Amino acid sequence: MHIVVCIKQVPDSAQIRVHPVTNTIMRQGVPAIVNPYDLFSLEEALRLKDLHGGRVTAITMGPPQAEAALRKCISFGADDAILVTDRAFAGADTLATSFALASAIGQIGQRHAVDLVFAGKQTIDGDTAQVGPGIAKRMNLQLLTYVSQVDSLDLATRRIQVQRRAEGGVEVLSTALPCLITMLEGTNEMRFATMDNMFRAARYPVQVWDRVAAGIEDVSKIGLKGSPTVVSKVFAPQARTERAEIIQTEGDEPRDLALTVVAKLFTQHPKLGETINRRAA
Amino acid sequence: VNAEKSAPRRAGRGKVELDERLKAYKGVWVFVEHERGQVHPVSWELLGEGRKLADKLGVTLSGVVLAAPGADARRFCAEAFYHGADTCYLMEDPVLAGYRNQPFTKGLTDLVNAYQPEILLLGATTQGRDLAGSVATTLKTGLTADCTDLTIDMENRSLAASRPTFGGSLLCTILTLNFRPQMATVRPRVMALPDRDTTRQGNIIEHPLGLIETDIVTKVLNYIPDDQQDKPQLPFADIIVSGGRGMKNAENFQLIWDLALVLGAEVGASRPVVQAGWVELDRQVGQSGKTVRPKLYIAAGISGAVQHRVGMEGSDVIIAINSDPNAPIFDFATYGIVGNAMTILPALTKAFQQQLAVAKMAS
Repeated sequence: MHIVVCIKQVPDSAQIRVHPVTNTIMRQGVPAIVNPYDLFSLEEALRLKDLHGGRVTAITMGPPQAEAALRKCISFGADDAILVTDRAFAGADTLATSFALASAIGQIGQRHAVDLVFAGKQTIDGDTAQVGPGIAKRMNLQLLTYVSQVDSLDLATRRIQVQRRAEGGVEVLSTALPCLITMLEGTNEMRFATMDNMFRAARYPVQVWDRVAAGIEDVSKIGLKGSPTVVSKVFAPQARTERAEIIQTEGDEPRDLALTVVAKLFTQHPKLGETINRRAA
Repeated sequence: VNAEKSAPRRAGRGKVELDERLKAYKGVWVFVEHERGQVHPVSWELLGEGRKLADKLGVTLSGVVLAAPGADARRFCAEAFYHGADTCYLMEDPVLAGYRNQPFTKGLTDLVNAYQPEILLLGATTQGRDLAGSVATTLKTGLTADCTDLTIDMENRSLAASRPTFGGSLLCTILTLNFRPQMATVRPRVMALPDRDTTRQGNIIEHPLGLIETDIVTKVLNYIPDDQQDKPQLPFADIIVSGGRGMKNAENFQLIWDLALVLGAEVGASRPVVQAGWVELDRQVGQSGKTVRPKLYIAAGISGAVQHRVGMEGSDVIIAINSDPNAPIFDFATYGIVGNAMTILPALTKAFQQQLAVAKMAS
């Protein structure tokens, strides 16, 4: 069995700071990590490999430094890693990104047929959740998003059964291989990297593919040219109407402040007061 | 969509001439999402927003219903009219009983190709995101995810979709210039629910799916409904008391629960609190959590970064407690208290208790 896991290197958003005066992003020194959502998919792929044998290939599209994220995947137990990188990919939106990744996975499949593709539910920097479905459609794979559990995989009949999170409940779905799965967060826990795998990761020669190696001839489908969407402006949010009315009392004692704001709430917003009375009753 | 990019590019602000072939695309569509006989309220919220866009463009607003044949499908169309739609595109087929990616992608893609809308809106739910990404890729058009604001750029007659970017500290506006339809998803509760007018009526346009069950690879074996009792229901709560990093530790977070108990409120939290494991994921408010529109939102120890703000700024009244007088939350809260949340919160709990006791005696 051959599983391909799509990952992305992202800035650790927990460590992004906004400049207090200029309200701009301070990018300097923000560490890059593997998109946390991708790790649930990687772990699930490794579990399936533990159960059924086979190989796990990690793939990413990104700048040369994204190699570090792939090494991380090797340290967790991925067998191979491919970095798809080319200046021609710059400025890609989700449509162009899914085209490039689907093409690269197609190239992988020509060497070693792919049974399953995993992708993260979404990224923490883009939050779009579109690249996984996009790859599935491009490659004509069955799509299973928001999977909370893989119930069974039968390589003889080539069918897989999963539980999928839907609105208001969980669906039990059965589909045919090959398919693309995105895992829901919190559904498994990434294993610790073993010493052996850490050494292997350090020495592993990450394969670097450019546009041609990824099997892409038509440059109009990648990068800026292949992206239907454009960012017209980036801006800081406007204040709602005016700044908050700051509650102040003599001495600013907590008790006085609290009584003042509660009194204001009930006198200035009588309907809200009714709601509070009703709810608390 | 574009936030996938490491560095957003700026489009020239000039006018873009649309291809002749794309000028035929007219009208605003909203995909009416349903599960087990219930329409997801986000579809009505989108019809409310779609109405404004359609009026601005001077075009019709349509609901799109894909469902099994029967009374439910007709009822969904009627409800779409009540919530502002002029027409409904209806695709009825037994294989559309319950959402599955393959038949729904084909159905919606075929409808778009046949009737050519310029804008197509879907809820950013597990169903809407699964479907939107698949349809946009099949149609090879642009899709902007999780928008917090939709408007029309009149110069280009195009949809201007705004969403948070850079981990939620800034907003960006995204245009899909020379592709149609322009697709966007919006999360539940971001837009207001429009009034329901039962005198409204409209035309139903039927279209066949053209698939049979044996064509469909994925089968639904079972459906296990959630036990709604155990799950926090933040998106529809009237009152929410939320805590942030400023609560300092899990022990102090109890003060949030104490106030929520007195008010009969739900407890919410900002991302750092959830990441630290003080409360469960279902309580996270913000771009990567839930969007809420309560009547009262009390934020303690929350700075008010964009990532949190977009999830709660639709609240009617916001009370913010923060020790930093320059915290961004004071830019959009209704009332602000500058001080230590650890002393203000217990005082607030007591003040509400007193007020409620008075109200009880009076009634």
